Amino acid sequence: MNVNLRIWRQPGPNAPGRLVDYSLDEIDPSQSFLEMLDKLNEKLIHEGQEPVAFESDCREGICGNCGLVINGIAHGPKGACTTCEVRMRQFNSGDTITVEPFRAKAFPLIKDLVVNRSAFDRIMSKGGFVAVNTGSAQDANLIPIHKDDAERAMDAAACIGCGACVAACPNASASLFVGAKVSQFTWLPQGQVERHTRVLKMVKQMDSEGFGDCSNHAECEAACPKEISISNIGRMRREYTKAVFAAV
Amino acid sequence: MSAKKTLDAKIPPGPVTEKWTQHKFNMKLVNPANKRKHTVIVVGTGLAGASAAASLGELGYNVLNFCIQDSPRRAHSVAAQGGINAAKNYQNDGDSVYRLFYDTVKGGDFRAREANVHRLAEVSVSIIDQCVAQGVPFAREYGGMLSNRSFGGAQVSRTFYARGQTGQQLLLGAYGALMRQVEEGKVKLFPRREMLDLVKVNDVARGIICRNLVTGELERYAADAVLLCTGGYSTVFYLSTNAVNCNATAAWRCYKRGAYFANPCFTQIHPTCIPRFGETQSKLTLMSESLRNDGRVWVPKRKGDDRKPSEIPETERDYFLEAKYPAFGNLVPRDIASRNAQEVCQEGRGVGPTGYAVYLDFGEAIQRLGKDVIAQRYGNLFAMYHEITGDDPYETPMMIYPAPHYTMGGLWVDYNLMTTVNGLFALGEANFSDHGANRLGASALMQGLADGYFVIPYTLGNYLATTKLDPVTTESPEFDAVAAEVQAGVDKLMSIKGKTTADEIHRELGNIMIDEVGMSRHEKGLNRALEEIPRIREKFWNDLCIPGDAKDYNKELEKAGRVADFLELGELMARDALERKESCGGHFRLESQDSEGEAKRDDENFTHVAAWRFRGEDKVPERCVEALEYENVKPSQRSYK
Repeated sequence: MNVNLRIWRQPGPNAPGRLVDYSLDEIDPSQSFLEMLDKLNEKLIHEGQEPVAFESDCREGICGNCGLVINGIAHGPKGACTTCEVRMRQFNSGDTITVEPFRAKAFPLIKDLVVNRSAFDRIMSKGGFVAVNTGSAQDANLIPIHKDDAERAMDAAACIGCGACVAACPNASASLFVGAKVSQFTWLPQGQVERHTRVLKMVKQMDSEGFGDCSNHAECEAACPKEISISNIGRMRREYTKAVFAAV
Repeated sequence: MSAKKTLDAKIPPGPVTEKWTQHKFNMKLVNPANKRKHTVIVVGTGLAGASAAASLGELGYNVLNFCIQDSPRRAHSVAAQGGINAAKNYQNDGDSVYRLFYDTVKGGDFRAREANVHRLAEVSVSIIDQCVAQGVPFAREYGGMLSNRSFGGAQVSRTFYARGQTGQQLLLGAYGALMRQVEEGKVKLFPRREMLDLVKVNDVARGIICRNLVTGELERYAADAVLLCTGGYSTVFYLSTNAVNCNATAAWRCYKRGAYFANPCFTQIHPTCIPRFGETQSKLTLMSESLRNDGRVWVPKRKGDDRKPSEIPETERDYFLEAKYPAFGNLVPRDIASRNAQEVCQEGRGVGPTGYAVYLDFGEAIQRLGKDVIAQRYGNLFAMYHEITGDDPYETPMMIYPAPHYTMGGLWVDYNLMTTVNGLFALGEANFSDHGANRLGASALMQGLADGYFVIPYTLGNYLATTKLDPVTTESPEFDAVAAEVQAGVDKLMSIKGKTTADEIHRELGNIMIDEVGMSRHEKGLNRALEEIPRIREKFWNDLCIPGDAKDYNKELEKAGRVADFLELGELMARDALERKESCGGHFRLESQDSEGEAKRDDENFTHVAAWRFRGEDKVPERCVEALEYENVKPSQRSYK
């Protein structure tokens, strides 16, 4: 099969960017979307041009490193998968496919399709953990956890930190990302001690990074490769309200 | 054999069950007030790196932590699916620290160090405690207790798991602990940095040179010790289950600075992966081994039989694992399953478009158990397979083929995890120590976290407390010299200006590696690899093409540096495989098999670790040995018939 590509090219954060047209043929429908871009890059290099900068690592949907907006949708139109899990057989030969980076004020662009998502790490450093030093843990089975609670915590903990929720949100809000981590620990007894400080600090950091607020569009849930529920945002808000009153 | 130098692993005296306890007491401690005067470099943020950096930060050391990804949470430990072993014996099924130790030594085919393995089994129980306290959402029973499963043919249920995302959850636990120390100011994080060299001062590891992967600038960092937690080298095969950025560069550059490389030929090829489909594929996807519990492996009896699987009658199918290994059938260990699949494909009986695949058929299981039960057990895996290949495993047999997955070899370390370079430590998959010639399922996560959480905090303290270290700065002549060499290396790569991309050369290397240094090896093939690899290397240095600028985000330059190192490591792997004229674990030499075609160890001549010493460019490295002694587990020949 062959496709026409319109790809965002931008040499650096301060340089102007634009969509550039490419065409690529002899694509194997079994190829992944990123393997198709690999092929394009190999072609560009042989033609003496600079390859398209994009990120990926595990290429099996778990590291959260890849993230492209494909035809206007974060991680592509199929849903419930990461960019690296998109296969070319989802497209038709002759299609025109537009490829852009995850755009958000809090994700400054580095080059072409590569953005800086370290704002997520800074949010996590404020409370994305249970503060327990190595060696000070009790026997694991001394903390019984209801199976359903463990499952709910796992549903939220499945977040891979890719940032699709931010890219999909009209406000570029990180609420689903933060809500998922807050929820994970809300469901677990280990998370109770720091329950209030965690949500206050993480939300404060989220705001200071320049992410927008949530206005319930639910685009985040639709784009999330791990199908993390928007109910986590509701839980984060309840936790936040409770924490504000608890702190008074 | 050219065994000249013997290595001392510094194994503490006493019975194996007491070595670690006694050693912990005997080791010197660093006064709390003095810990903050020490700076430690940790390279890598996977399970080993993140757990080490977090734990050392908690103790009060100043930690500088580096990773090539944009965030520490993306290290490839994140992709581990199955679980983590621990000798908790929560199931009351006869497990114990000693049994986990025994199973691991035996599983490693008697090529692992007993003392290390026992320590690993001992601390395994603390790992689970630590991870649960961190809020890792392990699977639970209805009563609220932790759930376990049997994994990889183990006779006890000692594997803890978090759905199919155990590695991710353990890594996020360690990452959380790490980010807490970042916030506390005890760990300074350096993402998007690639370590390109080690700096030694007075023959002691005192710093590293990194390339900033965004700006392209070379950066210098000094410390009192360097911890390498940079993972394995399966990507030397190009196609593997590892992430595309996994590489051996940091370890390889340390090898060239005097760290011996141990057992490089010990690699693990995982049997249940989705086969390759073509030239432009970038990775192989692993599917859980549990599929072999109900799937039956077969190929057509006749060569070149290209009928659809449904058109091949039962009598014309060869269920080769069941036929050859009636006792274990489709559940034989990873290396045996992989090797047999390769053999039938080389006979011309492989299936699929490339002829390098075998069927994994659920037809009989679906008839026996019903589609619902199969969907319950393997639904997510079937969906994944369907997504990637376009075939529906409920309707037609899956196709699988083995893929490089894990490397047991790595930098040689003593009992304290220190390499042959003083002050340079190696943790996790980057070292060689605990898995011998074959790693058991669910033991990689255990080892990474054992090294980081519970071993290095003790042994590093002892090193710092007993070593006199003069202050160093990054402006010293030693740093100047290494930085100049690294710069020259980058310049050399950029100046080739040829026509071949790094990936094209990497694929060429990968083909040789999988053909001759893959699942089964023989003298002629290994010698071919030793001839071919230098030829590919020459092509690389004469015809490599790197577009763009070195002082920029430049993925092609990153790849080229890694491929340059793989082109040397691959040769060392072939050399190591050639010298080890026995079969053991994942290393199968066609010349060393018993009358039934099974791997035959040569304990008399090869009960040792082979550790290679770099002697200079274009010189054959020296093969040194560490003799292995088995005082507790008596070596026996494996049998799965």
